[in-house]
Amino acid sequence: MAEVSLRRVSKAFGAAHVIHDVSLDIRSGEFVVFVGPSGSGKSTLLRLVAGLEDVSEGSVSIAGRDVTAVPARDRGVAMVFQNYALYPHMTARDNMAFGLRNVGTPRAEADARVAEAARILGIEALLDRRPAAMSGGQRQRVAIGRAIVREPQVFLFDEPLSNLDAGLRVQMRAEIARLHHRLGATMVFVTHDQTEAMTMATRLVVLRAGRIEQAGRPLDLYESPRNLFVAGFLGSPRMNLLPGRVLAADAAGGALEVAGARLPAPVPGLAPGAAVTLGLRPESLVLDPAGPLRGRVEVAEELGALRLVHLRLADGAIVIAEVRGRPAPAIGAEAALAPAPGARLHVFDAEGDALGAPLERAA
Amino acid sequence: MTAAPSPAATPPLAPAAPAPRRRSGDALAAALFLLPFLATYAVFLLYPLGRGIWLSLRDWDLMAGDYGYVGLLNYQDLWADDVFWRATRNTLVFVAATVPLMTLLALLLALAVHGGGRVRAVCRSIFFLSSVFSVTVVTLVWQMVLAPDRGLVAPVMGFFGLGPVNFLGSATWAMPSIVVTTLWWGVGLPMALFLAALSQIPREIHEAAELDHAGRWTRLWRITLPAIRPTIVLVLVLQIVGQFQIFGQAQLMTQGGPAGSTRTLVQYIYDTAFRDWLVGYGSAIAVALFALMLVFSMLQLWLGRRDA
Repeated sequence: MAEVSLRRVSKAFGAAHVIHDVSLDIRSGEFVVFVGPSGSGKSTLLRLVAGLEDVSEGSVSIAGRDVTAVPARDRGVAMVFQNYALYPHMTARDNMAFGLRNVGTPRAEADARVAEAARILGIEALLDRRPAAMSGGQRQRVAIGRAIVREPQVFLFDEPLSNLDAGLRVQMRAEIARLHHRLGATMVFVTHDQTEAMTMATRLVVLRAGRIEQAGRPLDLYESPRNLFVAGFLGSPRMNLLPGRVLAADAAGGALEVAGARLPAPVPGLAPGAAVTLGLRPESLVLDPAGPLRGRVEVAEELGALRLVHLRLADGAIVIAEVRGRPAPAIGAEAALAPAPGARLHVFDAEGDALGAPLERAA
Repeated sequence: MTAAPSPAATPPLAPAAPAPRRRSGDALAAALFLLPFLATYAVFLLYPLGRGIWLSLRDWDLMAGDYGYVGLLNYQDLWADDVFWRATRNTLVFVAATVPLMTLLALLLALAVHGGGRVRAVCRSIFFLSSVFSVTVVTLVWQMVLAPDRGLVAPVMGFFGLGPVNFLGSATWAMPSIVVTTLWWGVGLPMALFLAALSQIPREIHEAAELDHAGRWTRLWRITLPAIRPTIVLVLVLQIVGQFQIFGQAQLMTQGGPAGSTRTLVQYIYDTAFRDWLVGYGSAIAVALFALMLVFSMLQLWLGRRDA
């Protein structure tokens, strides 16, 4: 258990700058998820923490010790890789014990630690198998076991669930979350999957093009995205983003013109006449015959508990709403949507920054 | 009784019927695809092998014009032929020296030049380059290198205060010289094979080992070598098969001398069959060489499989 601290870290591979001046403090025992699209630098950032890449500028410290120049093996971190990276010619037991043997851990203690990790992960029966004789999920458990036995200060996960099928992914997601709870260890987890990120993180770090877009508790990011990118990246189905214009404004808020309709927007900081983007989560919209967003139903996806209604507005934009009432409007029917009472409206200025939202800077 | 005529019994019948036809169709297609190879294999390998064994049971003396069946007489002669045993011993010594050294050298070179960087890429090309030369060029180069007075090695010997050594004219040094020449000439291909195998090891495995506190040495022994083990076996088998057939280097550098100390089996076959025109006897030596190579390659394959 330890805190991890990145200070103004940059990384360039030759002329390609992949991490730009990133500072981040990860507190002891946190489960931090780096999330972002491919090429956002999330894996590189993790590898900088691990020491598998050297920082170009800045410093990394773990448990208060500057490890910028410390080789990976002496940083007290364990890593779980996307492709498991198990040693193919060793049994699960030897895979897990390899690191302990290398530091001269007595055999009895190594065996005990392997047995304990195997018990936690429910892989006792696999210990004498080689990776080739295991399924993907089993291999991933062994890889996690290999990390556990090292009793590292920090666990690093590099997209560990990407190679698993959907069902197993959900199961392993819960298992890793449970493991974090049980071990109380600091964990850093990289994923491109926003659902994984939202469900697992105690703190979420959204990255784009090597920069931190926003960091904070998942729900805070979900409810108060700092900019259009974070707003669009978190949430499934994604937030509806509609171009509009400020009609009138005062200190407390104003009114927007969106898709030919007038919407009140209780957001401070609006400038009359300014071009803005209105963000509405699908769950913030309700069917309302008098609603301002009128259009034709294009698709109605039945999910059982709710329906996703895709409405084509007059200006051609598509708005998706989660509808809980039954039956869902028929395809081709005229329908109107309104923001649900008390629902949060997100307004972004021309630069894509959220207006009126409490700005949480990257910690 | 329209309802359930044993549902398990009926469905398999429908798909089962066309299956055998498809299978026989597959077999026909497979045979057709294999045919070109099998034909070549039969004409250029099986037939000559059989023909060689057949010849070895005959006199087939081109000078005397005797082509008659002699049974195992050629083999009896072989058993009592000192030159044959000498050539066998020379060949075995050559193989025993070359195969392990070649494999080790190729592995070390591959480990050294594996990975990124321009210097390594250039070194890879340079080390492989010697393989493209013909044996004539290679032996010519090494004859010049080893020349007692003007060769490249002479000043080195002089630097250490040693007199000029006639490497190729010495019964002690001729064979080692041929071994060194062969290593220089042949190391490119096994190195390329090792490079290919090394590049197949996922980078993450090395990174995991690094995080597992494995030092360079541990990583080599516990991660890299086990991972390329099939390639090591392949290289060993290829080397055994190849080096048993040593001919060009010995023929061109020492002509088997001095005093027969570098005469090899293939050279002896060549001399017997194409200089002395004793084709039957030459074929018998060839069959003996074939048996020897077969035994050693099988042994190697078996050892490789035993605890894989």
